[in-house]
Amino acid sequence: MFDEVSPTPMKSVGVSHPRVEAIGKLTGDALYTGDLEMAGLLYAKVKTSPHARAKILRIDTSKAEALPGVHAVLTGRELDYRLGLYVVDKDILAKDEVRHFGEGVAAVAAETVDIAAEAVKLIDVEYEVEAPILDPIEAIKPGAGLIHPDLGSYSFVEAAFSPQPGTNIANITKIRKGDVEAGFAEAEWVIEREYTNPSVQHVPLETHVAIVQWKLGDEITIWTSAQSPFTVRALFCIAMRLPLNQVRVIVPHIGGGFGGKGGIHLEPLVACLSRKAGGRPVKLTATREEEFSLLPCRSALTYRIKTGVRADGKITAQQMSMYWDAGAYADYAVNVTRASSYSCAGPYEIPNAWLDAYTIYTNKPYGTAYRGFGHVEFFWGLERHMELVALAIGMDPLEFRLKNLLRPGSVTITGEKIHKNTGNPVKCLQEAAKAIGYGSLTPAEVEHEKVTGRKIGKGLAALHKAPAMPSFTATAAVVKMNSDGTVLLNIGLTEMGQGSATALAQIAAESLGFPMDQVKTAVEKDTDRDPYDWQTVASKGLILSGNAVVLACQDLLKQAYDVAAQVLRANPSDLDHDADGVFLKHNPDESVTFVAMSIGYAYPNGNGIGGPLIGVGRYTAQGLSSLDKETGQGLPALDWTYGAHGIIVDVDPDTGEFTILQISSAYDVGKAINPALVRGQAIGGMIQGLGTAICEGYIFDKSGRLLNPSFTDNKILTARDIPLRIDCMLVETPQLDGPYGARGVGEHPMISVAPALGNAIHQAVGAELMHMPIRFEDVWRAIRLHEPIDNWITDSPVGSCRSRLESTGPSIGDFCPSEPEPEHEPAKT
Amino acid sequence: MQIKVNINGHDYEREIEDHWTLLRFLRESVGLTGTKEGCGAGECGACTVFLNGKVINSCMAFAAEADGSVIETIEGEANGSELSPIQAAFLRQSGVQCGFCTGGMVMSVKGLLATNPKPSVEEIKSAIEGNFCRCTGYQQIIEAVLDATGQLTPANKGDIQYV
Repeated sequence: MFDEVSPTPMKSVGVSHPRVEAIGKLTGDALYTGDLEMAGLLYAKVKTSPHARAKILRIDTSKAEALPGVHAVLTGRELDYRLGLYVVDKDILAKDEVRHFGEGVAAVAAETVDIAAEAVKLIDVEYEVEAPILDPIEAIKPGAGLIHPDLGSYSFVEAAFSPQPGTNIANITKIRKGDVEAGFAEAEWVIEREYTNPSVQHVPLETHVAIVQWKLGDEITIWTSAQSPFTVRALFCIAMRLPLNQVRVIVPHIGGGFGGKGGIHLEPLVACLSRKAGGRPVKLTATREEEFSLLPCRSALTYRIKTGVRADGKITAQQMSMYWDAGAYADYAVNVTRASSYSCAGPYEIPNAWLDAYTIYTNKPYGTAYRGFGHVEFFWGLERHMELVALAIGMDPLEFRLKNLLRPGSVTITGEKIHKNTGNPVKCLQEAAKAIGYGSLTPAEVEHEKVTGRKIGKGLAALHKAPAMPSFTATAAVVKMNSDGTVLLNIGLTEMGQGSATALAQIAAESLGFPMDQVKTAVEKDTDRDPYDWQTVASKGLILSGNAVVLACQDLLKQAYDVAAQVLRANPSDLDHDADGVFLKHNPDESVTFVAMSIGYAYPNGNGIGGPLIGVGRYTAQGLSSLDKETGQGLPALDWTYGAHGIIVDVDPDTGEFTILQISSAYDVGKAINPALVRGQAIGGMIQGLGTAICEGYIFDKSGRLLNPSFTDNKILTARDIPLRIDCMLVETPQLDGPYGARGVGEHPMISVAPALGNAIHQAVGAELMHMPIRFEDVWRAIRLHEPIDNWITDSPVGSCRSRLESTGPSIGDFCPSEPEPEHEPAKT
Repeated sequence: MQIKVNINGHDYEREIEDHWTLLRFLRESVGLTGTKEGCGAGECGACTVFLNGKVINSCMAFAAEADGSVIETIEGEANGSELSPIQAAFLRQSGVQCGFCTGGMVMSVKGLLATNPKPSVEEIKSAIEGNFCRCTGYQQIIEAVLDATGQLTPANKGDIQYV
């Protein structure tokens, strides 16, 4: 916590200490779940649906069961358990019907993975194929078929979500601030647009893996690649109706998560296979293809924004609609909707705001958390929209943004007042603009245009995000001293590449006043041994676990001081300590070492006092409140991390091809605990954001079959695709309740990269891009004012034009017609 | 069938199934799990190893083809208890995050440096183009290779700028 900072320079915090678990990863020694073998291990395979929507008429498993080496075959009808994070809507295997391409319908555990694969082929499934519901806008029209006819009978988290039985709406979130009608009446301009993006895959290099052993007596051990072991345990026990103390979840090293490994996924299925196989441990490793459709993705979004603005550039009102494509199951998508809703206006002050956000079931692979938790998706629309509004009213987009950005005293759309220490979005945007030389071209850039025939554009986009979590999210840390004075830090937060194990060790070292080599973070997690943590998600780990670590270290030191006070016959207030021991401030020669106190102090005559030094720190998010379901008013944000990107691009005006020459980004991180790790998160996020921006996305045919579940057809960025120059800038406005002033930045670098690129391309060649990703052909079409082509659901390379919102119930006004229209319309003269 | 190979300086004689990939042989028969499977289709590079001095994707080679070969994997990279210069540079320059691509990435870099001791940034990018990394955004990996080859300077060493 910031007020704990000593006036002397810090030794461990603010230092680029090498990643603590890097050596094992560099030598190949670090074990991931898929590397684990054990006695009696069986291997699982899943039979998946080739159809997006179909009734299961019959499943014949007899041939598979007869195959030598097969130990268990399961179908959905044997499994009377339902799963769900917020809406309990998913069977472990499809029962009577399949709801998306790639959904599991049967599974096998066998002596070898080859036998399991062979057995899966021998399972015969008879389907009655039905017309899939693929378009979320169609799915909420009256008379649409129902994907979950029993939605009304599902349990759900009532405090936060509102499923609508009898429809395909898994949740509606509303925000109401001020009076939008009055705000629009006050506006000189009203500008309305719609922005879209498809589903996207996380692509951790390690696919999902789970090993489960369900022994007789219901003693269960789960080894899994999951991000959040305590959530796996909790959801598993709810579904299986088991007490938490009978289930142990172990998480070894994780090969990337990005949200896709939050929640619970393969574990229940593998557990049921193990139980049916008589308690043999069973391993299931998702193939890369299964990662795309058996496992979840990021939801597609249609975001419609209507903004009223005065001639001086001040926004008077904003009305917004979000249509989130949840796919077949609600999973995290309902909470993505909620978290996006309270952030939906970006870091701008909107005096009058109205949002209706829908999470909609469709017959597609289901959406889950993905780095940014909805913000990458909606910021595409929001920051393109801010650009278009500025251009429409004839104002420079930077000036327009600066005029409307949040400042101390501003009130957010949920009623939260912004303070000086909330962070500084203005500075982030100004620094990003400065770094790219926004607003003009250098002589070298003018020459570049001449030589290449390309046009250079410079675009900006701002961003913000708060952790999406329950208002009372809690965590704990335990710091245990060994008999040699070194300490071990146990936390429930997992390490999946983000660097928490290192940063928290640095916080512990700083808090204890010890050198880094005296502190070790236990990297592998075990719910039987580690203290509770809610989930490793939402960029909340540094603040919550960091504070718990500070408190645990203070607790350990207090115990040491109490013992030292007895030994030295002194008042604890007269004591101080260094890395070696506790001493009298006024007579440092009078001291007692940590080694002597570490496992209990022994007097020369053999009398013992104290005991092992173990510090416990507990921390809960404070002062947050649930959002009112009708108005969205409340305090949802532990902290806001602000940032901004500036991008320089050159574009071929004839072909639409472009090259990203530079990306310069600034984030207000409060305090960089480890600058090199922050830079790693920043650059990694920016490049993942560029992948989303330029090439990634699910393509379906009209039967709902996923056409690109591979790296051949769903590219991610390689080393050759990164911008020539990447700048990473930090603003440090201390977070007063953060450890040493720090706030989270894990997700943020990925947010708003796409609109910064879209805005740069727009400035270069005037391309009005409304759909992400931005492929060369999209730029070419936009230059020629062609409609964006929606080939994200198609059975041919060129699909039909998108024009989908015309007659939806919750419409917010006139939708842009399909032909290009003027960029603005005066609301009054 | 029976194959004989030399892996990281040790001879192995093992019974394998005809259809096994070299990757599966290394992981399941020899227990060298530092080589990872990211896609099983030759796209991601997590399974990169040396086969007779040549960098390959071990998911795209049959174990049977490797009979009589010399194989090097990430487990053979460190010199006893010392990190190799490439590994040490990755550690210094924060070239590791989740670590799942790291073994294959280091093998590809080793392949590059074997023939090109002072590669340019463009040459580094080409050499690791077939190794996907979802965490780092590649920049700190490129800086690690520059460091390993004595080419990291204040000009090309990226850093945080406090503003």
